[in-house]
Amino acid sequence: MTALILDNVCKSFGEVEVLKNINLTVEDGEFVVFVGPSGCGKSTLLRVIAGLEDATKGTVQIGERMVNAIPPAKRGIAMVFQSYALYPHLSVAGNMGLGLKQEKTPKDEIIKRVGEAARMLSLTEYLDRRPSELSGGQRQRVAIGRAIVRKPDLFLFDEPLSNLDAALRMNTRIEIANLHRQLAASMIYVTHDQTEAMTLADKIVVLRDGQVEQVGAPMELYNNPANQFVAGFLGAPSMNFLRHGENSLGIRPEHIQLAETGLSARVTHVERLGGETNAILVTEHDEPITVRFFGQHNIAVGEAVHLTWDAANQFMFNAAGERI
Amino acid sequence: MNSARTALSRKIAVHAVLITYVVIALFPVFVILINSFKTRRAIFREPLALPNADSFTWEGYQTVLNQGDFLQYFQNSFVVTVVSLFFILLFGAMAAFALAEYRFKGNTVMGLYLALGIMIPIRIGTVAILDLMVQTGLVNTLMALILVYTAQGLPLAVFILSEFMQQVSDDLKNAGRIDGLNEYTIFFKLVLPLMRPAMATVAVFNMIPIWNDLWFPLILAPAESVKTLTLGSQVFIGQYVTNWNAVLAALGLAIIPVIILYTLFSRQLIRGITSGAVK
Ligand SMILES: Nc1ncnc2c1ncn2[C@@H]1O[C@H](COP(=O)(O)OP(=O)(O)OP(=O)(O)O)[C@@H](O)[C@H]1O
Ligand SMILES: [Mg+2]
Repeated sequence: MTALILDNVCKSFGEVEVLKNINLTVEDGEFVVFVGPSGCGKSTLLRVIAGLEDATKGTVQIGERMVNAIPPAKRGIAMVFQSYALYPHLSVAGNMGLGLKQEKTPKDEIIKRVGEAARMLSLTEYLDRRPSELSGGQRQRVAIGRAIVRKPDLFLFDEPLSNLDAALRMNTRIEIANLHRQLAASMIYVTHDQTEAMTLADKIVVLRDGQVEQVGAPMELYNNPANQFVAGFLGAPSMNFLRHGENSLGIRPEHIQLAETGLSARVTHVERLGGETNAILVTEHDEPITVRFFGQHNIAVGEAVHLTWDAANQFMFNAAGERI
Repeated sequence: MNSARTALSRKIAVHAVLITYVVIALFPVFVILINSFKTRRAIFREPLALPNADSFTWEGYQTVLNQGDFLQYFQNSFVVTVVSLFFILLFGAMAAFALAEYRFKGNTVMGLYLALGIMIPIRIGTVAILDLMVQTGLVNTLMALILVYTAQGLPLAVFILSEFMQQVSDDLKNAGRIDGLNEYTIFFKLVLPLMRPAMATVAVFNMIPIWNDLWFPLILAPAESVKTLTLGSQVFIGQYVTNWNAVLAALGLAIIPVIILYTLFSRQLIRGITSGAVK
């Protein structure tokens, strides 16, 4: 069975076309991540799926049902927002239970499900608190709990981690991954953080200007990008692009080595992260290039070096950015 | 230590400015209150002196409370002010919500149209309003005043509140929609509580002009049973003699409800600012 099918979905705000002919299938139990630069329409697409915006054209199918005309609450979805969006006047338990209460679920069932979700997210001792009395990480867990208790067919996450600090972001990311394993539910997750995309996704959908650029498993996209945009978007530090006549040559920073001969370059900056060392250089053709060394490397600013790489690792793109 | 001292002196300077402002602002109120307890002769001889054993009198307050149906006037003013504020806030917030939340044809035009009232004084339409009230049989009812004041207050309320409405998090409203709340619940339970500071501002803006208004009570509701406090107090101001004791006492009494309402609203203002629930 499929969890979601988008068929030629378009969305315009007035004259502005924000989504253009989106076709997408999400399999049951799949974790799909939408990535793309800011303003490319990720949130809009998620809101169309949720029913918070109407598609201008095309159909949205969740499970077996066409849901274009069905209001958000009846679509069998739950959504977690970037700003948590907890109800300020309700306790943690009230926040998590409200959706069920609206569906007229019996009281003891609500208490049971809220308790279960709270245990999963280590929120049991906070059930009586108000959102204003919680830390950012706890609030985000409550927001996730609010989604879990509804047992939706499809989870929608809109940049749920972007308000958290780095350490907490990693913990919560792992928690979401665990949750996906435990619940075996279908999830759609929006982010512009490519680390989140690579680590969480079964399938990544790269969006640009309201269009799907490429769909595939993380490593498939990383190793075999369809175009220059996808190649540059996934991977950190991102892929180097060097002029090559009309075309553009792409090579990832970790595939470049120092050598006795080859492209000569001068080091302009070094970032030492302990586990890896990233050097930023300028080539003889005045192009910037990043090289990534694993472990600690004693390369120094101002040093003149030669760079080589295995031609099997390089990609060629034409002037339009298409892979050749 | 040095920085502690500069911090202290800055604090003193700030407080000095604020206290001076408070003294200036409260001075007329103070003069009204002290003089309301003085005999007529003492009021004119030494307007700024505190009442002493010689000049002290309850006369003004006695006159006010005995003459006319003062308690009734009080009640009328209170009802008119509170009910008008209630409608202004309710309808103002609803209109602002609709304008900010829903995209419909003519949204902007509608917003401008509603704001137009800020620039056109409602008193220009007095004759037409009176005509309308006569035809609908609302002359000499509190309802007439309430309707007029609601109409008078709405434009500014819609204008201010829609500005604030746009700042209410979309995510919160959307979370409500996904949880199956209807638009009314979203409005009353989620959005309105976050609008408290703005609503308190609007309430304070509207309260004083309504409470103090003489024009519309005089024209639309001059009958004894529906007189407001301001209109009722006019009996003490004669063409030839003015009973200053009574006028000052009436004014002194009139301040009390305003202070009570103001305290209520300002507490909302502060609570609204500190509640911060989203994020
Ligand atoms: N209600 C709206 N009216 C008009 N334009 C809108 C509206 N909502 C979004 N847009 C436009 O649609 C485009 C996509 O917005 P969207 O919020 O989907 O971007 P996004 O990919 O989620 O970006 P981000 O990563 O910054 O969240 C933007 O150019 C935005 O200006
Ligand atoms: Mg977004």
